[in-house]
Amino acid sequence: MGIFGITSKLIKSIAYPSEMVPSIEEDDGHHHFDAVTEHEGAKLGMWLFLATELLLFGGLFAAYAIYRAKYPEMFMQGSKSLDVVLGSVNTVILIFSSLTVAIAVKAIQENRIKLVKIMLWVTIICAAIFAVNKYFEYTYKFGKGIFPGTDIFYSIYFAATGVHMLHVFIGMAVLGVLLRKVYKGKYSKDNYTAIEIGGLYWHLVDLIWIYLFPLLYLVG
Amino acid sequence: MSEEQEKNYLDNGEGFRSWFFTVDHKRIGVMYLWAIGVFFIVAAIASFLLRAEHLTPGPTIVNADTYNVLFTLHGSMMVFLFIVPGVAASFGNFLIPLMIGAKDVIFPKLNLYSFWLYLAGALIFMLALAAPADTGWTFYTPYSIETGANVILITFGVFVLGFSSILTGINFIVTMHKLRAPGMTWDRLPLFCWAAYATSLLQVLATPVVGITLLLLIGERYFGLGFFDPAKGGDPVMFQHFFWFYSHPAVYIMILPAMGIVSEIMPVFARKPIFGYKAIAYASLAIALISFLVWGHHMFVSGQSKLVNIIFSVITYAVAVPTAIKVFNWLWTLYKGSIELSTAMLYSLAFIFLFTIGGLTGLFLGALAADVHLHDTYFVVAHMHYVMIGGTVFGFFAALHFWYPKMWGRMFDEFKAKIAFVLIFIGFNVAFFPQFIMGTLGMPRRYFNYAPEFQSLHVVSTYGTWIIGIGFILMLWNLMRPLPGKAPANPYNSLSLEWSMDSPPGTFNFDDIPTVTEPVYNYGTKIEEGA
Repeated sequence: MGIFGITSKLIKSIAYPSEMVPSIEEDDGHHHFDAVTEHEGAKLGMWLFLATELLLFGGLFAAYAIYRAKYPEMFMQGSKSLDVVLGSVNTVILIFSSLTVAIAVKAIQENRIKLVKIMLWVTIICAAIFAVNKYFEYTYKFGKGIFPGTDIFYSIYFAATGVHMLHVFIGMAVLGVLLRKVYKGKYSKDNYTAIEIGGLYWHLVDLIWIYLFPLLYLVG
Repeated sequence: MSEEQEKNYLDNGEGFRSWFFTVDHKRIGVMYLWAIGVFFIVAAIASFLLRAEHLTPGPTIVNADTYNVLFTLHGSMMVFLFIVPGVAASFGNFLIPLMIGAKDVIFPKLNLYSFWLYLAGALIFMLALAAPADTGWTFYTPYSIETGANVILITFGVFVLGFSSILTGINFIVTMHKLRAPGMTWDRLPLFCWAAYATSLLQVLATPVVGITLLLLIGERYFGLGFFDPAKGGDPVMFQHFFWFYSHPAVYIMILPAMGIVSEIMPVFARKPIFGYKAIAYASLAIALISFLVWGHHMFVSGQSKLVNIIFSVITYAVAVPTAIKVFNWLWTLYKGSIELSTAMLYSLAFIFLFTIGGLTGLFLGALAADVHLHDTYFVVAHMHYVMIGGTVFGFFAALHFWYPKMWGRMFDEFKAKIAFVLIFIGFNVAFFPQFIMGTLGMPRRYFNYAPEFQSLHVVSTYGTWIIGIGFILMLWNLMRPLPGKAPANPYNSLSLEWSMDSPPGTFNFDDIPTVTEPVYNYGTKIEEGA
């Protein structure tokens, strides 16, 4: 099913405990928990998941701190070689996409389905532009003979932005699944948990980048 | 009762699909139990081969390379496929909703996906056996980067298993927050649930770090990243720091659920309320917290600064405090109790005895000067096995027997089970106590060959594993042949919620969500007499 399939199923399964019955034989249609418990449970689950994501990147940030203390010169040089303009553009794009996903969450709570669709589309397009920019950055580096193994700075640069990029793709997949279900009319002001926690995930993707950008691009 | 008309969870649906696609937490727990059982047996066979190899110095049955593969296989399978997911995923899944008075975990589908991820991780792990790793279960750099073995595949398998572990942890935490029955306040929560809660916290907070570590290791082999490579300015010791930042808390992922099991069994067979309920509950959380701060004690001889060593040593001693609190509370629970030596109780008592030996020898290793002498010797191997087998596996076996009637709806032959217990207990001590002695005499771990003067101790140790093997086969054979007739709902006269329903429970656990009005361990009080 692939990583996207698993992730989208994962998000869905956090979002819809109500669809779940303990046996495929005996679907009696009774929900086990009331809607409030579902909503709160899904949110708590997502926050815990975000904590694991922070710790995943925490390893990279720890490595960054240690090696930057050890090789300050290398980090200055390396940082200067990165494209600050492209990095800044990407930062603005991601922050903007965080705004649009937040608007989508607000809009679904007010049942403004059309606005939800627009905002999710804009968010996904922003993510795609971010990915394209990143592609140009990477290929430019490769063209100059700079690879992940060149030195410790580029090891961290490629590992951190690469793992972040993976999260951008997963986020796009999640938002894509949500968007498709919006078109199918699955969500309303009474049922918006999935969009809310999908939005939470996207904010995390943005947040990680907000830390990566100055640490990698601006220390030079 | 009308419940007798309702199908129990085992009978409700037959065939592969009804199990593999179920979202019933009890069935998922049972599937985990089978899966970890299979891996446990495979990994145990590897250990019997390892011990047989040591009957004589030099080659006995395998060559040195095969030996390296065997101990890697034994260690990594036992850790990642059996003991980390082991008790928490199997008994945790089966028991938590029953104990807190819920119809299922809060994310039942996610629970099923966690199980699938576990199977996927195990499958990837198995594929790696085509070019089996010889790094030991710790995958230390630089060797893990240089070896020709299939390190990428096996570490990716562990990564996927970690994902499964994280999702199970999230599921349990949210379940315990949101789905406790009315009146099931935190200070009435069964201690197994407290232990599972602390375990889940560790799974959620520690596993991502090993996730990124293994990703970086894969990146190191595949893309030439330089994090752990001195040639590129990296540091192999950083791998050890990252690895143990997870793997030390993981030790408590392994042992905490077993502590929870013992806390459940003690009061039932001592017919007394558990002594120091709150102390045991908070000790679980304290252990979880402190376990994040002690990882450096695995690296006392790695060239860490002396100051750091001292700090890690002191904190390591601190983790013994909540652990000892638990042991003393269990002992006090027994004091003046009306003790019934059932099989589950015997395993629990053995747990206290063996775990105390394992825990105290851990302090030898936490002491800086002693560790320099004992580091990477059989003393470490013996210490670890006293904690992991004497602790976790004995707790696991206790649970297998204690909840057997609830899980399978049948009773087992107590007498044969007790004989098996005696064999396993004696065999275990014969196998592993000599290893303490060998370690202090300087026998290094993970060595294929050894000096002739160690042979007698090695032979005793190997004979011990054979006794364990016989005991284990007897235990398994006995459990596979339940006594005729249906198990009563509550054969031990226990007061916790999972015994309030039929054995085995119906698919939906409770017809109506119960309301809890009393503490769980009110044994020997007016409530029990009234029953």
